[in-house]
Amino acid sequence: MNQEQVRQVVLNIISDIAPDEDMTTLKDEVSLREQLDLDSMDFLDIVMELRKRHKVEVPAEDYPKLATMASCVSYLTPKMQ
Amino acid sequence: MAGQHRIVVTGIGLTAPNGNSLESFRDALLRGVSGVRHTEIRYMGQQVAGLCDFDEFKYQSKKMRRRGTRAGSISIWCANEAIENAKLDWANVDKSRVGVFLGITEHGNVETENEIFEMHQNNLDWKSWSPHHNPRTVANNPAGEVTLNRGITGPHYTLGAACAGGNVGIIAGAQQLILGEVDVALAGGVSESPQTFGIFAAFAAQGALANHEDPTKASRPLCKTRTGIAISEGGAIYVLERLEDALKRGAHIICELAGWAVNSDASDFVNPNPERQVQCMHLALRRAGMQPSDIDIVNMHATGTGAGDIAESAGVREAFVESSKTYVNFTKGHIGHAMGAAGSLELAGNIPSFIDGFVHPGIGTVELDPECAIPNLVLHTPVKCNVKTILNNSFGMLGINSALIVKRYES
Repeated sequence: MNQEQVRQVVLNIISDIAPDEDMTTLKDEVSLREQLDLDSMDFLDIVMELRKRHKVEVPAEDYPKLATMASCVSYLTPKMQ
Repeated sequence: MAGQHRIVVTGIGLTAPNGNSLESFRDALLRGVSGVRHTEIRYMGQQVAGLCDFDEFKYQSKKMRRRGTRAGSISIWCANEAIENAKLDWANVDKSRVGVFLGITEHGNVETENEIFEMHQNNLDWKSWSPHHNPRTVANNPAGEVTLNRGITGPHYTLGAACAGGNVGIIAGAQQLILGEVDVALAGGVSESPQTFGIFAAFAAQGALANHEDPTKASRPLCKTRTGIAISEGGAIYVLERLEDALKRGAHIICELAGWAVNSDASDFVNPNPERQVQCMHLALRRAGMQPSDIDIVNMHATGTGAGDIAESAGVREAFVESSKTYVNFTKGHIGHAMGAAGSLELAGNIPSFIDGFVHPGIGTVELDPECAIPNLVLHTPVKCNVKTILNNSFGMLGINSALIVKRYES
């Protein structure tokens, strides 16, 4: 997957986890939690869905790398080749 | 019964397979409309079930619904409708003095089955198990979701009472009011059981699962050709208050709780015990200060199983042998067996008889089983009656019996 495809993957997962949120105005460089009503359980859900849908494992020490959309894409793209 | 305190109902919120408000539910009961339909059950294929179609997102965000459970969602709908119906001035209600007490038959089967299914879809990867599983399956989940939704900080818990749960939830709410633990009780029962294949499979294994090519004819209590239980979801939550509090705020009083009883068969895991059922009904009558002839309607538990219907019919005949004027009906022909919701839902369906003056009929009984014949049994068409009292039976596995009596409010 290229970076745009990985971004779409993350976007789809977050849309399912936080279905009440407007994702069209999401800023990639800004913390997801600053823009969206996401809590720690939601981040666990994101990790879970990456595992189930794309067989990508995110160890607990790497959770901070999911802080922004941009950091998600740069962290996950090599794992999703 | 309540000592110094009389306990009254000032609001009712519900969802049933054939109605999402007391008005629409009552209308369906009087017109003989069934809410049982076909549905696809995991592993088992097409089955009959009573399913509700209330708007899950009227009172709950999509995110909270996803995080929670169907039972929680049903509870939130019912609680919000009940609060609105009671015209409580919610902004000024002391939330620490509100309690939520909900009867359940079971809770957690649905969520556990879903996780096991998902794990199998993921090559038995145990790390695919959801972190939400624990908060979804703790036994207080349905009541707890109501407190989260409405900011209620008083006590909340569920009461595991098998299919007597709906009655037991109301009784628990009344008891908490009498004890002075709360000023407002949101009390009743809920069921999400049709979402779990296990309950269908287990009733099938018992030879007690309803089936019919026309799902509206599947639930046939007291019928010679009955095949068992049509499993349903639903809920009914009542706003209960002490009479003096209700009067103080000028509440409309729907009815008064007159008496109740809960006892145990101590005889079998599943087979009922009519002797204990009679004792339960008589104890409720005694506590209400009533004779059998004081009761205008007995709503039977009548699930449509072979043994259960015969036992309860014998019990009701015996308990009301001295009363020639008591009408007997049942509600599961319309809605199936709403499990933990059955008691509170079926009582709610009968309460409008205080106003409209009809006893709604039991439906689905094509040919009455002679062993289930009861004097003044109301079948197929409503009967006109000046209803002042209702006794509601709800019984469950492990031999738990409950009888709850309500009466028309008179100052």
